[in-house]
Amino acid sequence: MTQEPILKARGLVKRYGKVTALDQADFDLYPGEILAVIGDNGAGKSSLIKAISGAVIPDEGEITLEGKRIQFQSPLEARDAGIETVYQTLALSPALSITDNMFVGRELRKPGFMGKYLRMLDHKAMEAFAREKLNDLGLMTIQNINQAVETLSGGQRQGVAVARAAAFGSKVIILDEPTAALGVKESRKVLELIQDVRSRGIPIVLISHNMPHVFEVADRIHVHRLGSRLCTIRPGEYTMSDAVAFMTGAAEPPAEATAA
Amino acid sequence: MSEETVSRPKGQDFEASLERSDKRVASFEHNHRGVMDHIQKALHGNPTLVPVIVLVLSVVIFGVIAGGKFFSAFNLTLIMQQVSIIGLLAAAQSLIILTAGIDLSVAAIMVLMSVIMGNLAVSYGVPTFFALLIGFAGGGAAGFLNGLMVTRLKLPPFIVTLGTWNIFYALNLWLSGAQSIRSQDIDANAAALKFFGEAFKLGSARVTYGSLLMIVVFFALWFLLNKTAWGRHVYAIGDDKEAAELAGIRTDRTLVQVYMLAGLVCAIAAWSSVGRIGSISPQAFYEGNLQSITAVVIGGISLFGGRGSILGALFGALIVGVFQSGLKLAGVDVLWQVFAVGWLIILAVSIDQWIRKVSA
Ligand SMILES: Nc1ncnc2c1ncn2[C@@H]1O[C@H](COP(=O)(O)OP(=O)(O)OP(=O)(O)O)[C@@H](O)[C@H]1O
Ligand SMILES: [Mg+2]
Repeated sequence: MTQEPILKARGLVKRYGKVTALDQADFDLYPGEILAVIGDNGAGKSSLIKAISGAVIPDEGEITLEGKRIQFQSPLEARDAGIETVYQTLALSPALSITDNMFVGRELRKPGFMGKYLRMLDHKAMEAFAREKLNDLGLMTIQNINQAVETLSGGQRQGVAVARAAAFGSKVIILDEPTAALGVKESRKVLELIQDVRSRGIPIVLISHNMPHVFEVADRIHVHRLGSRLCTIRPGEYTMSDAVAFMTGAAEPPAEATAA
Repeated sequence: MSEETVSRPKGQDFEASLERSDKRVASFEHNHRGVMDHIQKALHGNPTLVPVIVLVLSVVIFGVIAGGKFFSAFNLTLIMQQVSIIGLLAAAQSLIILTAGIDLSVAAIMVLMSVIMGNLAVSYGVPTFFALLIGFAGGGAAGFLNGLMVTRLKLPPFIVTLGTWNIFYALNLWLSGAQSIRSQDIDANAAALKFFGEAFKLGSARVTYGSLLMIVVFFALWFLLNKTAWGRHVYAIGDDKEAAELAGIRTDRTLVQVYMLAGLVCAIAAWSSVGRIGSISPQAFYEGNLQSITAVVIGGISLFGGRGSILGALFGALIVGVFQSGLKLAGVDVLWQVFAVGWLIILAVSIDQWIRKVSA
């Protein structure tokens, strides 16, 4: 690899009491690529991306974004740096509307006096934007953009969270199991969206347990095992059974894949 | 991962038919939905509906029972005046309850600030304007202390404010020497402290500035909560704090601001209370905390946070006032008013529980 990674982590450690969720984990994301992260339940995939996105502060290790050292203290700081994340828990506010959720923390204000001095929100503009983004995802099964998120189905909620990240991410988009609750049709839309985002030049981290999806869209696959990166492989060079074997410890990865 | 899904690099067979798939949206039989479902949906979208209906019904019922005495413009504006202080405390309380907290110190902050304002202006000759400013700053500082302990020490709001309730009450007794400031001393030295007790005539109605103040404060807070980003963040935090944090809200900072704003509203209530009771008494409004919570709960604001409109608390306070006035005019013993309010609280919370199930 001649290029420098846009996002790089070295030696990340995160402990929860006696549990070590991240154990000297490394991570590399190159510009413009789709990187899949796979691993068993509890392997530490979510912990890894939380450490990168400011949701948890790692105990050890360092992270660089575009060559610059970063130490996010909160998800907001990561977001301001252009890293947008769909967490496994989605991070939506159930009682708020779809629009409010999509714009949380970056609301649009009305032009003129009302917006400038009274800080009044521009609901119309936000609704139009939210509707357009959900439309792109084929999620117009949602009839009312102002309905509370808690009245949506699990898959629709996931769609809202993905649409939010895709709409605002500028440098990196991280998706933690974005299709777990989605139907066949909706999963396909998300995969298309992922490729669409990549074609805009934005690299993506995709955590998924769905091997066919991973092998279809990923440029590289990061195999996570027992809290650290075991190896990275290219989907063209290995089969899904190989990947599953590495992931579960049934087979040893070849030396050149572990060299990162 | 089972064997058959392994080793098929591109796409999946079962997705082949997607091209021809039905593009329609799942639609359900709407006409067979029950009346109760409709009501539940309507209330979910607009939780203030219940207190509005209860308020209108109770006004009508007491109008019929107690007749013209109750229904007079004079009596209706009197009710407004009677609830104006608890109303303001309920506004402050609503802010905290919307964040899924509770503030047992609202009345204590108010009384402490009224004592501070009064002592400065009356006993120490500080210009009333500055005495008021210091009182407002004090209210904000008291809220800041609450907010800091809730966010930094991660203590439950109930415990923090139970503590500060006692602390503020003790400070109040110490500063005042457990002595009231008499009405005539206020008139002589700082008449402006009593401004909100004054009234203007509207026909036979007597509207105090204190009643107007309560309504203005409620609408200002309603605007803040519903029309600004900050307000949406308050709801998001009450709904699910962790999700709000992940979504990019500075939850702790916002929470501290909420407590400070509530403290400021208590200080405004302090000013208004001087006009309302005419004097400044360190023992006044000892039950104000619970009364404010009562108004909030009857107003349909969820104790679990994130749901309900602050205007509900205004209606909640008015409902209590209407019951008090109506039962009194109907010649019913005051204990039955307490009895009725007790049932209203339980009814309001059961309705809230029911509304919250709409999503399930
Ligand atoms: N907040 C927490 N407190 C305590 N332990 C935690 C916490 N978060 C994660 N862990 C532990 O860290 C380990 C890794 O968890 P993590 O969520 O990163 O796994 P994962 O690879 O994302 O799993 P899954 O595929 O199930 O989502 C687990 O053993 C988990 O129990
Ligand atoms: Mg996970």
